[in-house]
Amino acid sequence: MSKKNPEYDFKWCPGCGDFGVRRALEFAMIDRLETTGEPMENNVVVAGIGCSGNLVHLLEGPQPYGFHGIHGRSLPISLGVKMARPELNVVVVAGDGDFLSIGGEHIGPQAARNLNVCAVVMDNGVYGLTKGQSSPTTKIGEITSSTPYGKLESEIDPLELYLTFGVSFIASGFSGQPRPLAKLITQGMEHPGFSIVHVQSPCTTYNDTFDALKGNARKGIDPTLFTVPDDHDASDRASAYGLLQQPGIPVGVVYQDNGRPSLDQQVELMWERTTERTVQSLMDAFEF
Amino acid sequence: MQISGQMRDFVVRFAGEGGQGVVTSAEGLAQASTQVGYHALTFATFPSQILGGPTWTQARIAVDPVLSPGDDVDVLVAFNQEAYDTHAEEVRGNGVIIFNANEFELEGDERGFGLPFDELARSTGNNRAANMVIIGALAYLVDMPQSYLEEFVTKRFSRGRVGDDEIIRSNIQALSLGREHMSASGFSLGALESPQMPDYPQLMLKGNESLSLGALAGGLEFYVGYPISPATTILVYMERNLVGRNKFAYQVSSEIESITTILGAGFAGKKAMTATAGPGFSLMGEGLGLGWIAEIPLVVVDVQRGGPATGLPTKTEQSDLMACMFPAHGDVRMPVIAVGSVEECFYGAIKALDWAERYQGPVVLMTEMSLAERAQNIRKPDLSKVEPESRLVYRGNNGYKRYAGWERSPMPLPGNPGAYVANGSEHDDIGDTTHLPSRHVQMTERRFGKLKLLEETEYERDRAEESVVVMPWGGSKGPGLEAYNLLKERGVPVGWFYTMFLNPLPPALLEELRKKELVIVPELNFQGQFASILRSQGIRAEAITQYTGLPFKVRDLVDQITEMTQSVKKEMAGV
Repeated sequence: MSKKNPEYDFKWCPGCGDFGVRRALEFAMIDRLETTGEPMENNVVVAGIGCSGNLVHLLEGPQPYGFHGIHGRSLPISLGVKMARPELNVVVVAGDGDFLSIGGEHIGPQAARNLNVCAVVMDNGVYGLTKGQSSPTTKIGEITSSTPYGKLESEIDPLELYLTFGVSFIASGFSGQPRPLAKLITQGMEHPGFSIVHVQSPCTTYNDTFDALKGNARKGIDPTLFTVPDDHDASDRASAYGLLQQPGIPVGVVYQDNGRPSLDQQVELMWERTTERTVQSLMDAFEF
Repeated sequence: MQISGQMRDFVVRFAGEGGQGVVTSAEGLAQASTQVGYHALTFATFPSQILGGPTWTQARIAVDPVLSPGDDVDVLVAFNQEAYDTHAEEVRGNGVIIFNANEFELEGDERGFGLPFDELARSTGNNRAANMVIIGALAYLVDMPQSYLEEFVTKRFSRGRVGDDEIIRSNIQALSLGREHMSASGFSLGALESPQMPDYPQLMLKGNESLSLGALAGGLEFYVGYPISPATTILVYMERNLVGRNKFAYQVSSEIESITTILGAGFAGKKAMTATAGPGFSLMGEGLGLGWIAEIPLVVVDVQRGGPATGLPTKTEQSDLMACMFPAHGDVRMPVIAVGSVEECFYGAIKALDWAERYQGPVVLMTEMSLAERAQNIRKPDLSKVEPESRLVYRGNNGYKRYAGWERSPMPLPGNPGAYVANGSEHDDIGDTTHLPSRHVQMTERRFGKLKLLEETEYERDRAEESVVVMPWGGSKGPGLEAYNLLKERGVPVGWFYTMFLNPLPPALLEELRKKELVIVPELNFQGQFASILRSQGIRAEAITQYTGLPFKVRDLVDQITEMTQSVKKEMAGV
């Protein structure tokens, strides 16, 4: 609503990767609207805190519902929305600090539950909104405002982490390619289980990695990004691990397991094994 | 000890090792007694371990409704030596100590009587009938007719199974054996007056069961929780019983997940609740603040236990009030309902869910260990009289301003027109983040203003004209009321007030309290938390505090209230 709302006083820096992610999410949600015929209000975007979370206020066009909560907790909020109303399409938008550091404890449980939500993680390798501190994906040795003598600990590999946790759909994308990214998000939303679309979304102010990601022939920089090969078998876990061992960052679907029921499906299966009880009958059990 | 005379109540404490039948014996006695029309209350403490460990349960059986576990123990049933050593001191001078003669020998205590529980049970052919041997012996001590107990046994074990008859026979034999042995001992406590069977249907249940049932009656649809004593039984009850279409009960991976998950569910339109104890409640602070600012209906139950951090996980205390009213940073003041009896657990839960929907925000429902695990007979609630409140839902078109104005406004639900952003940052009327001073003023006043919707009109009052009054809160209501009744009998000039609505207080109550010379607040914490909150609202309040991990004894309250009242009266008289 930003363009129409003078009161809203947040802006992404010019060139921020998150603009591309927002565009991609708009494409994906509009596509969904056209394919399913469902209204935009059937979408709920649960946002974390940070530059990335502001995406929920910056969407143009028909508006989905939004929940802009507290730092690190977008996943369990989405658990509540989805299990309350399984018919809704629930999307999480979060950054690398929000999702992997303070919110890291929630990834494993949602993976185990195979919670049917799609998380779009904007990774810029830095805490931008607090002005440039190191994040879990900041490389070891890098100098940031919170690591003045170089970062002391290793960076984590988010894709490998998701794979190890058992996330049932893992894709890797780039904010500089909104159309292909939209396709990955669409696949993630259509996936019947927990999906994470991890997006390289550079911070032009504190960690501008555009050249490193895309490469720059004039400067003699080779691209870090590479397209997932056509012959990659995303249904095979070992192949997915293999892909992640290659140098660089893959773009495309890394892993997809369609064989596991999601949490809402498990709940429906459970209903068949249980008998619904009225409050009256539950109370009568205590009568003497 | 041969005592004659009529008794209106008696107190038995069962003590031994976890797993020896301490709890089942106490509950069996309570159930048998309530079935013939007595009133009963059990009070339990547990060791914080899975198996074994010293444990005890107290049962108070009375002709009138029971308000507290009872100050003095009339009979101690000691299952082992350690139980005797620990509890003998609390048995009154002319009480009786029944000890398990199959476990240990007791000499030098003239109150002691050895009963071979296990041996007598075995002789009936039913090793599990030891608790009936004990109950038979206890019945003799208070002159309770054997027929009452036989009726209970017959009813309890008539389950339509093969072997019911044999089990009934052996249990009745066990009752008789206990009675015969006791009668040969020469001990007696007197005659418990005949019961008066209430003319209404009753339930026998524990506080957490009553609270769970209340929440279901109040329309609860969504429950998540994380195991923690003494709130776990609510999670277990919900997972078993809150099942079916459009219902959900589930164990999540932390209390942070609990609060944020119900935030999501409340936003999506469900009546949602979680229950926890102190440590989990502390973790929920930020989430409660989010519920307050984003205006999401939800209920958090805090089953209080003792101390900060891990503290006393299986003891009782009322030390979370400040935390419950002010759990979050920023300007918040959570609505708080604190229940004071097993029956109030039921109605308090309904009210908490109603409040959450009514003002569209989080409500904290406080209870405590001593209520959670207390079994008591209560009047069976009439569900046809329960009318849960539902949410004011927005049913218009898109373009709605969810947060417009200074008052509660209809709430749009996902899947319907009226999309907005539920925002934990300060926001404008459509939910977009803003830092405009005028918006922060409007939204802050809107959030506090909504509390007016929760101002109730009913509260308890007796001899309200007195200038000194006693007003306990939560689980101290029982011993407080029992003490007040005694003081009234003795002519001590003191009045009585009570409410489970701690924030906001019913305005008429607040007005009355402000006129008092002294409001005495018995509460189980060091700082006198409720008294301090009352003082901040212009009331002359002073606390009677206790922080032992145990409930108040009525005697202590009687002494202290009398003393405080007299000293105020002297001051007023200018002495």
